Amino acid sequence: MTVALKAETVGQKVAQAFPTAIITADKEAIIVPPDSLFQVAHFLKNTPEFDFDYLTSLTAVDYLDYFEVIYHLTSLRYDHSLVLKTRCYERERPTVPSVVSLWQGADLQEREVYDLMGIIFPGHPNLKRIFLWEGFPGHPLRRDYL
Amino acid sequence: MPLKTEPIVLNIGPQHPSSHGLFRLRLTLDGEVVTDLELVLGYLHRGIEKLAEGRTYAQNIPLTDRLDYLASMTNNFAYVLAVEKLAGIKVPERAEYLRVIMAELMRLTSHLAFIGFLLNELGAYFTPLFYMFRDREKILDLFEMVCGQRLTYNYMRLGGVSHDIPEEFIPAVKRLLNEMPRFTDEYEQLISGNEILLARTKGVGILSRDKAINASASGPVLRASGVKWDIRKVDPYSVYDRLDFEVPVGSVGDVYDRYWVRVQEMRQSVRILKQAIEQLPKGEIRSEVPHLLRPPQSEAYGRIEAPKGELGFYLVSDNSIAPYRFHIRPPALINLTALRDMVIGWKLADAVVIFGSLDTVLGEVDR
Repeated sequence: MTVALKAETVGQKVAQAFPTAIITADKEAIIVPPDSLFQVAHFLKNTPEFDFDYLTSLTAVDYLDYFEVIYHLTSLRYDHSLVLKTRCYERERPTVPSVVSLWQGADLQEREVYDLMGIIFPGHPNLKRIFLWEGFPGHPLRRDYL
Repeated sequence: MPLKTEPIVLNIGPQHPSSHGLFRLRLTLDGEVVTDLELVLGYLHRGIEKLAEGRTYAQNIPLTDRLDYLASMTNNFAYVLAVEKLAGIKVPERAEYLRVIMAELMRLTSHLAFIGFLLNELGAYFTPLFYMFRDREKILDLFEMVCGQRLTYNYMRLGGVSHDIPEEFIPAVKRLLNEMPRFTDEYEQLISGNEILLARTKGVGILSRDKAINASASGPVLRASGVKWDIRKVDPYSVYDRLDFEVPVGSVGDVYDRYWVRVQEMRQSVRILKQAIEQLPKGEIRSEVPHLLRPPQSEAYGRIEAPKGELGFYLVSDNSIAPYRFHIRPPALINLTALRDMVIGWKLADAVVIFGSLDTVLGEVDR
């Protein structure tokens, strides 16, 4: 039975490891700012206690005030899971570091988020539109599209 | 003196029998050997995630039928499961069993189609496919009996299923379950030991265990690489925790293992179905759910083990009648992530087989 780790407990441990980053946790997820996302993801993947070796799903939601990128992480060894989120308040060029170098499974999913939501992932090896063609105006999954 | 050679770029598709839909593989070849691969997707993109934001929760069920159109029942299943998690809806026990029965029948049809098409790609043109479709037909007849449809069922409802099964359904399923092991033996006799199949699939397109995990592969692709990971076991939903079955696991992660795992899964599905039919309780098939459902402001991720892998729905509700965000985690798309690493270094003819062994359905990839 996959156990969802308590976000508050994990959040405290992450905050201890990264004292300068502003890390918050609610009931479901830990939320980190985009500029420390990669370090936190690296920490969660490589700390033996967590061992999040499997990125289940990566997606984004447009809340108009900000974009939220959601990572569902799973550890196949311990059979536990965690939701990691980051919020991006920039609308013109929202930027979130790519996690492809940690989990290759993010490759096509980050391209999809870029294509449909317009979030840029620096560090992605091949950040191109995936479903729509180059030159398509706008990013249709944004709530203010049309 | 060595001959001077130049790499050539070859497009397979978008219209090609081995592309399983509209899809383009852009291969760079050195002679016959693949040196690079690029996926060109989007020919079937219908914007389902955007469409769903303008429809009510119940109206979105038929949209999910159009994702993996060889396994529509399981798509329905994953979606209603996510909405029920979001809104806290209870499902009657009989409906849970009916859902499991439909999902396992669907797994049988999906794996049958997979084996048929894989053999097609190996050059055994259409004869094996028609063997498989002979049996798939019988299962489609069962679905038609239940909901009147053969491809897009729209059978599951929020809080249950749309129709109870007719009287003749259970005897027909029992007949099928008696025949199915014999059919599976027949395929294995014809296929599993076939020298041509072994030569073309053993050791071809190996996906290592670590690579499979890192590339978020799921379902039979992940299990063929030796990872014992099945959502039905690790995160049981519906009534799977009451049913007894094994999770077949491959050892090498080659094309043959991906074929073998699916054949074994068919045997396990028959086992699950026998128990589910035995345990099927009487009672309601649907709980009362408001026509215009307004789930509380929250988010939920519901997932199931679909025939192709982990199918998940990530839903965000803003307490209105339509989902604020409707995201599908498509196993077929994510399983394609590692294709490039699997194909490089193999010959063109093998590339087609390796792609076929992932069991990609483009309706789900492009959405």
